[in-house]
Formats: sequence, structure tokens, C-alpha cells
Amino acid sequence: MRARYAYALTIIISSFILLAFVLDETRTVSVLSFSLRYAVPLILAAMVGIICERSGVINIGIEGQMLMSAFAGFFGAALTGNLIIGTLIGVGTGLIMGAFLATGAVTWKMDQIIAGTIINILATGLTSFFYAQGYVLPAITPQLRVPVLADIPLIGPVFFDNGLFTYAAILTAFVLWILLFKTIWGLRTRAVGEMPGSADTSGVNVQRMRFLNVTFAGALAGLAGAYLSIEAASNFDRGMTAGRGFTALAIMIFGAWNPIGAMAAALFFGLANGLASQLQTDEVIDIPPQFINMLPYVLTIVLLAIVSGRIKPPAAVGKPYEKE
Amino acid sequence: MSVTDPAQTDLGYTDPNPMRAGRWPRVQAVAIPVVSVLLAFAIGGILIWLQGVNPLYAYWVLFQNALGSSEGLLRVMEKSTPLILTGLAVTIGLRTGLFNIGAQGQLLVGALGAAWAGYNFQLPALVHIPFAIVFGMLCGAAWASIAGVLRAYRSVSEVITTIMLNAVAIALVDYLASRPLKELDQPITRTPPIAESAALPDFGIVPSGFLIALAVAIFFSWFLTRTNQGFRFNTVGMNPSAANYAGIGVKKTIFLAMAVSGALAGMGGAVETLGITGRFEPTFNAGLGFDGITIALLARANPIATIPAALLVGTLRSGAATLQFETGIEPEVVDVILALTLLFVAAPIVSRLLLRKKAQKRTSAGSGWGGA
Repeated sequence: MRARYAYALTIIISSFILLAFVLDETRTVSVLSFSLRYAVPLILAAMVGIICERSGVINIGIEGQMLMSAFAGFFGAALTGNLIIGTLIGVGTGLIMGAFLATGAVTWKMDQIIAGTIINILATGLTSFFYAQGYVLPAITPQLRVPVLADIPLIGPVFFDNGLFTYAAILTAFVLWILLFKTIWGLRTRAVGEMPGSADTSGVNVQRMRFLNVTFAGALAGLAGAYLSIEAASNFDRGMTAGRGFTALAIMIFGAWNPIGAMAAALFFGLANGLASQLQTDEVIDIPPQFINMLPYVLTIVLLAIVSGRIKPPAAVGKPYEKE
Repeated sequence: MSVTDPAQTDLGYTDPNPMRAGRWPRVQAVAIPVVSVLLAFAIGGILIWLQGVNPLYAYWVLFQNALGSSEGLLRVMEKSTPLILTGLAVTIGLRTGLFNIGAQGQLLVGALGAAWAGYNFQLPALVHIPFAIVFGMLCGAAWASIAGVLRAYRSVSEVITTIMLNAVAIALVDYLASRPLKELDQPITRTPPIAESAALPDFGIVPSGFLIALAVAIFFSWFLTRTNQGFRFNTVGMNPSAANYAGIGVKKTIFLAMAVSGALAGMGGAVETLGITGRFEPTFNAGLGFDGITIALLARANPIATIPAALLVGTLRSGAATLQFETGIEPEVVDVILALTLLFVAAPIVSRLLLRKKAQKRTSAGSGWGGA
């Protein structure tokens, strides 16, 4: 049922984009490229949420995990003069932040909301505390133009002529979908998130599974953070994640805890954003930018209100596992 | 032997979510927060020391500035006022088993609502002040009720909805203050100033908003322990199915608790607008709602204890600017200290440490201390 709506919506949006492309090629490509850039960190961050919640742990600390990684990644790259090392430092920081959440929420069985809140406050504090001005990146992120594919009209310039992080994000969504739904790891992860008791009975180590998943999800938050400071902005600003970690939660719900669905949702909100700002620049209609910013949140609340019975988070989310 | 005291054994650090159980032996209720704060200060001190500043000097500056003069005290009380109220907002939620992450959004809506009620009407002060405060409370309550209704009647997690509503509130008040409610002929995004008749006066060096916040804290302490409705809140928080069997309307109680929580956060915003800022500006009020979470947890969801917890946070916040001026230490060191405090309060680190020590002491010390 839901799939049918999704297909219908995809077809409508695609034909709309095609029509726009025929009418105005450059503007359409620029709006779509904007949408993709907007979506990249959200896709990665939503994957963090999906892995964690599928394993039964709420992660509201994605925002803080990203911020810490953006910080460490940028200064790592600026100080070592190497973007790759910087990115790895960013990912490593995400991993540490993931382990931090895993220790609190899984090992210590702390309230998961509090654990996430601590990460957010700590990240705001630490990144501002150690912030220093006057650092620049040694280079900009290399663009990779995929041969042949990049020459396809419309799709080529939008999807196949990007920075490396962009490919990483799209690839991550597809890989995670396969991992979650086609592998034993995925089966176990979902079991641990839905019915930890049964998973435990059939020999899955619930605590270990959750700990590792939450930790490695942190690495993706690290990638998202590194994208923001290294590829997107080439700079670090205080509070530069600007609520993306929370938007990612909205996107996760909108995508029904499915990686592909979440990617589609992120692209959709990116498109809404890109379209609105283009229309604003062209002075076609005046949509206050605040309304576009609140769109993902408002739609998520409406969605939850309407379909709360049908789209549900994994059953064991938020509950520390107690062996019986 | 008090080792088998059910209140003591029941509590242990294995309880994943003791906050919502609402039952705390008194000794730990005081000892854990105090030790947590001291530990957080110690680690914060290391960070300050790494920046090349003597931590003892930095902390002296921080507290001296806040507590050493009457202006300093006034600022601390001003800072603490909305913090007491947002702390209470989160507390009411926790006691009813709800985690209201949305105090920030409710506070913003309440602050803007009070500003509108403050500048849009000309009334005698005795009518205008209560009207503006109540209007701000209603705005906050209405905002929180969205999450309340969804939680009570749709089983949607209030955590997710309040996070979303925070983001919506930030965008909404920014829009309202930059377009429909904007002060005309001004480049700055802000509302016109409130009328004189809506401004909260100071009594000597005590802001009247602070007195209101104290009264509200005392009221809720009484409300939660001595009234039927308070009993319903607590019961639903401790065990919703038992509450259901006892004939308590769980859904209605959840909805009501969320509305009360939102009203308190909205009141925090209203008192801030009417007592301190005098108008609404979107850049004001940042973080007050999130500090409420720290305060409520530090106070172990006890309304009276939110007062000292809010005063502590208020002192740190009001001294932070001077700290930066005097030593160059970034004011965000306060966020680090607060996050660490929250970590030590909520994680089983400190309680484990204390419980081990106490287990040895208990034979001689008995259980009589800490009758606070």
C-alpha cells in the first residue's frame, strides 16, 4: 500500500523534474545539485539513526556526534595538511562518540535520551571551547567525474560529477539496505531491535550486537561531520551542524527506518529546499525560508499523527535489554 | 540492619531509569548530585588548566563575579528564574514518566506570546502582567499539547515529537519576529518593546520574576505530594498499568502533565521577556530549555531541589562572560561542566562509587543522615 504511494510520488516528482529540465536546463541542474548537497549529510546521519534504532537504541546524539567529528576532521586536516588524514580523524572521532553512546546506553543501561543529550551538550561545549580561528584546509575535496555516466543529460551532471563524500553517502544507503535486509547481520540486528528476548534465546549476544552497531554507526556520523567541514564548507563554524542531526531523525522516520526510504526522503526535502530558494532568488513567489526549514519536522509530526498505528519504530527501541 | 531497607536495595545502579520511578533515598539524592558537580568541576578545571589558566583563579572569577556583589546576585537571580521554571517543566514530565525534550521550544513560544501580549495592549499593570504571563503559559501549554495529544492518544513518543517541535518553534518564532510581529522601521529581527505596564518590577535587588519562580517551585512540591492530581501524575509515572487498574485516566493524565509542563516552560519564557529582555528577539533565550533538562536531573526530579540546581547553573552562566573577559577562557566551558555533571548524575559511575563506600560504612553510620 505504502509502496504504491511512494511509486506514484516518485513518478510525479520525476516528470515534474523532466518538464523543468526541458524548460530550463541550467536552473534545473543547479537546483538538483543543491538538493543533493543538502541531502548528503542528512543521508549519512539518517543511516546512523537507522542502524541504532534497528538495534534498539535511540540516538538523539547524532547532532553532537556530527559536530565533534566536523570539528576534529577540519582541524585534523588543517593541522596535518592532508584531507584524507583529516577525514579519517573525523571518522575516528565519530567512532569514539559512537562508543561513548554505546557505553552509556548499552553497557551502563543509562536512559538513552539522557545519554544522547549529554553528547549534544558536550559537543557544543568542547567544540566551542577548543575552537581557534585562522586555520585553512590545504586543498578542496577532489571532484570525481565518473566517465561516460557523467555525460548523461540531467542525471550525469547532478549525480556523477561530485565530491567523494557524495558518492560515499549514496553508496552507504544502498549497502546498508542490503546489509539490513539480505544478510545475517541484518537479520540479527533487526531481531535485537524488535525482540531482544527471542534473539537472545536463539544465541545472539544482544548487548554485544547493540554495542558494536551503535559504535560503528558513530563512524557514519563522523563521515557526515567530516563532509560538512571538509567538503561542504571547507571550514569549521561553531554549531555548524545547525540541527541536521535532528532533521536526520525526521528523515529516518519519514523513510520508515529503511535506508533507501530515508535517502529518498532526504532528497525530497533537499528538493523542496532547493526549489524554494531558487523561486525566492528569481522572485517568483515569496516563501519565508523558515517555512522551508520547518517542513521536514512538520511533515514528520503530521505523518506520525496519521499513520502512528502503521509506521512504528522497532519494538524494543529505547529499552535497555535485561536478561530474564 | 538497614542494608535490606527496600528503598535502598531497590534503587541500585542497575535500575536503568530510576528517574521515572520517582523514588530516591534521601542520602543519595543529595550525595550523588553534589559529588557529580564536584567531579565535573574537577575535569572542567583540567580543561582550563590546559588552556594555561589557573583553574582555581578561573573558578574564583566565575563565582566572585556572580556572588560577590549585589549586581552580581541580581544577575544570578535573573539568570536562574527561567531555569527554575524550565527545570520544573522537565521535572513534571519526568514524574509522570514523560521526557519533555521540548522545553526549549515551549519557552520560545511562551516568550514570544508574552511579548505580543505585552506590547499589543495597554492595561493597568495589575491586569497586564498576569495577563501577559498567563498568555505566555497558554502558548507554551498549547505547543506542548501537540506532543501530549500524540503521546496520549496516538502512542507517539513524546521525545521525537518534542525534538521536532523544538525545531519548528525555532523557525516559527523567527518567522513571526521577522515578519508579522516585527518592530517596524528597524533592521533587527525583533518585536516592539513591551508596554511599561507589562514589565515585571524588581523588589530591591530581587527581581519579582525570581519570587514567582520560587513560589511556583514550592507550589509544585506541594502539588506533587499532597494533591489528588499530583498523586495521579506520580502514579502514572511509576506504573501506568497499575494506574490504569486503579481507575486513573492514564491518557488524560499524560495529556494534562504535558500541558502543565509546557505551561511552565512557557512561563519561563514569559518571565524572561517581561522581566529582563523587555521584547522578543530570536537570538535571546538560547539553551534555557536544554539547561532545564540538566537542572531537573540534577535535582532528581524534585521541585524544591530545582531551586539550588537552577541557582548553580544560573551562577555559572552569569559568570561565564566575565570569565572570558578576565581570562580568555571560552564561556562554553560551562556547557562542558554541565554536560559532565549530567553524565555523572545519570550514569552509574558516581552512584556505584558511593554505594561501595557506603556498604562498608553502613554498619556504623546507620541510615539517619541526610534528612534534607
